[in-house]
Amino acid sequence: MQMSNRTKNIIVPIIAVLLGILVGTIIMLITGYDPVAAFGALWNGAFGDSYFTGETIRQITPYILAGLAVAFAFRTGLFNIGVEGQLIVGWLAAVWVGVAFELPKVIHLPLAVLAGAAAGALWAFIPGLLKARFRVHEVIVTIMMNYVALHVTNYIIRSVLAESSDRTELVHQSASLRSPFFESLTDYSRLHWGIFIALICVFIMWFILEKTSRGYELKAVGFNQHASEYAGMNVKSNIIMSMVISGAFAGLAGAMEGLGTFGYAATKGGFTGVGFDGIAVALLGANGPIGIILAAILFGSLKVGALNMPLEAGVPNELVDIIIALIVFFVAASYMIRMFIDRISKKGVK
Amino acid sequence: MKKRKFGLAMSLVLAAGTFLSACGGGEGNDAADGDNGGGDSTENNFTVAMVTDVGGVDDKSFNQSAWEGIQAFGEENGLEKGTDGYNYLQSQSDADYSTNLNNLVRQKFDLVFGIGFMMEGAVNEIAQQQADAHFSIIDAVVDQPNVASVLFKEQEASFLAGVAAALTTETNKIGFIGGMESEVIERFEAGFRAGVQAVDPAITVDVQYAGAFDKAELGQTIASTMYSSDIDVIFHAAGGTGNGLFKEARDLKANDPERKIWAIGVDSDQTAEGVVEAGGEEHNIVLTSAMKRVDVAVQDVAKHAMDGDFPGGETTTYGLAQDGVGLAPLNEELENKADIETAVNEWIEKIKAGDLTIPGTLAELETFSAE
Repeated sequence: MQMSNRTKNIIVPIIAVLLGILVGTIIMLITGYDPVAAFGALWNGAFGDSYFTGETIRQITPYILAGLAVAFAFRTGLFNIGVEGQLIVGWLAAVWVGVAFELPKVIHLPLAVLAGAAAGALWAFIPGLLKARFRVHEVIVTIMMNYVALHVTNYIIRSVLAESSDRTELVHQSASLRSPFFESLTDYSRLHWGIFIALICVFIMWFILEKTSRGYELKAVGFNQHASEYAGMNVKSNIIMSMVISGAFAGLAGAMEGLGTFGYAATKGGFTGVGFDGIAVALLGANGPIGIILAAILFGSLKVGALNMPLEAGVPNELVDIIIALIVFFVAASYMIRMFIDRISKKGVK
Repeated sequence: MKKRKFGLAMSLVLAAGTFLSACGGGEGNDAADGDNGGGDSTENNFTVAMVTDVGGVDDKSFNQSAWEGIQAFGEENGLEKGTDGYNYLQSQSDADYSTNLNNLVRQKFDLVFGIGFMMEGAVNEIAQQQADAHFSIIDAVVDQPNVASVLFKEQEASFLAGVAAALTTETNKIGFIGGMESEVIERFEAGFRAGVQAVDPAITVDVQYAGAFDKAELGQTIASTMYSSDIDVIFHAAGGTGNGLFKEARDLKANDPERKIWAIGVDSDQTAEGVVEAGGEEHNIVLTSAMKRVDVAVQDVAKHAMDGDFPGGETTTYGLAQDGVGLAPLNEELENKADIETAVNEWIEKIKAGDLTIPGTLAELETFSAE
């Protein structure tokens, strides 16, 4: 019985993806677009040549980290909707360190990356503390903290870092994640070393949750707070710890954007969307390390590939947003799919 | 148990992969054929494309105006929309600018426009990597030999709007709603306040920033507060946020057709936004619009590039004298329309003749004098 559950955990997201693509295809047919051309353009835009592949991997990097952030908090029973805000402060902190200091690369780059993680962790510490001490619901606090992050960072960029211009200087070469090697390999895409940091973080999450007693406690709190407390665990400190680690992952995602993709921080009129997509990545990846990598690959390719659709197939790229929304919808409605699988397999048994 | 799970996952991923790549392969060939065909038959065609900022191509303002310019350029020169004529790509987030610009360069467009100052970093970087490609950026300066930078003297258009507002107000209180604080919007603000000041220094201008270009509800809240504090003319330089201003003004007019309130549009002639049914009659609350002719500038740069004298490495500033900015026709319902028109035309002459420099920053506004 348990095995079939595990199998279902894998099958359900895949069926959801296929259903999303199927319904997307139907929508395209109804609205008079050519789905074959559209998916072809999507594929070419994501993997058509080395440049696009590089861009796709570049997009996957923050998705993995944002997915980890959401999933880690979720495993402890917390909804961290504030990944977006933690990402933005992590971005700013990393760029700040990257611009302000001139150090040898072996010190400067790790320092800038860690600054991003620390800023994200700090930003998540506040809702964690409020939740643990005063039972303030973390969903509300983290959503509001997103807006605080957006406008505070805009203010800091305009008034402190950039002297009333709209973006900072480029980070020093010694703090940059970019590499000429990747640029020549992928024809000047913005692919950077961050993908390895993201993969290391996947391992770290797996290790913390599966191989340490702290991880065991975090998961136990997620399953049942009262039982954990009865068993002698410190629920409050575990809640705070979970939010801090989650925020650190989110801050790292921001550091990847700041030190790798862009190389600077600019004022933003709205959210980047990466933090919110991270919720979908975690959901589709069933909050597991391997699942998150696969989900991030899927979402990253969809996002980057979609940009090519209007040019090559004349299909508006909003359609990909619809397909992504449908996939998330079907994952969220996985109960429906599970019931369907159950019926079919029962028939098979008979 | 674990092995089975892994095997299943692998096989499904592979299945999905083949499914997707089957589509991809087929289309890839088609597209390649199309490109080659296009390239052969239209070798002498000049091709031009643009990347929008996150506002999208139908923002009723900045991006739309640029796209209209490119469409007009395409029609004039017998080009078709597509990869061998003219085209656009929309950006959904800041991360997309670079990918979109690169994609257009890869499709061998002869000239690629980046619309908006947000694209400054991306254009600067790609222009160095793709030294053979030609770029143009609107509202920012990128100092590369293959980039034509385009700026506008927004302050000249908003100065005229300020003059019109000052001659219209009866309460001697005027409002200004800005989008985000930036150099461009500062030019709008400085010019507008200078225009009001030039007519009557006693008139007060209440300045508020919404912090976003796409929050109509916020624009409406600010407009509502302003109108209820006796302000009767409001100018917005806030893109989509300004749509809230028009809505508030229309609502107030519909409730009380006798009330004299006005809104001033920006970027393009926004007269259509002001139509309202009140007391059985049709009214319009849009006084005029401070126009920024992105379309004129885009066509101009494209034409130069096609004729072989692409202004790479140069910054071209479009002002009143180049028809790059201007004031839209005044509202017909104005009682003193003729007077305002005369006054505005006088100022236009002075500015065009170079007798008057309109302040482009708040610091310059401090020392500005219309004499």
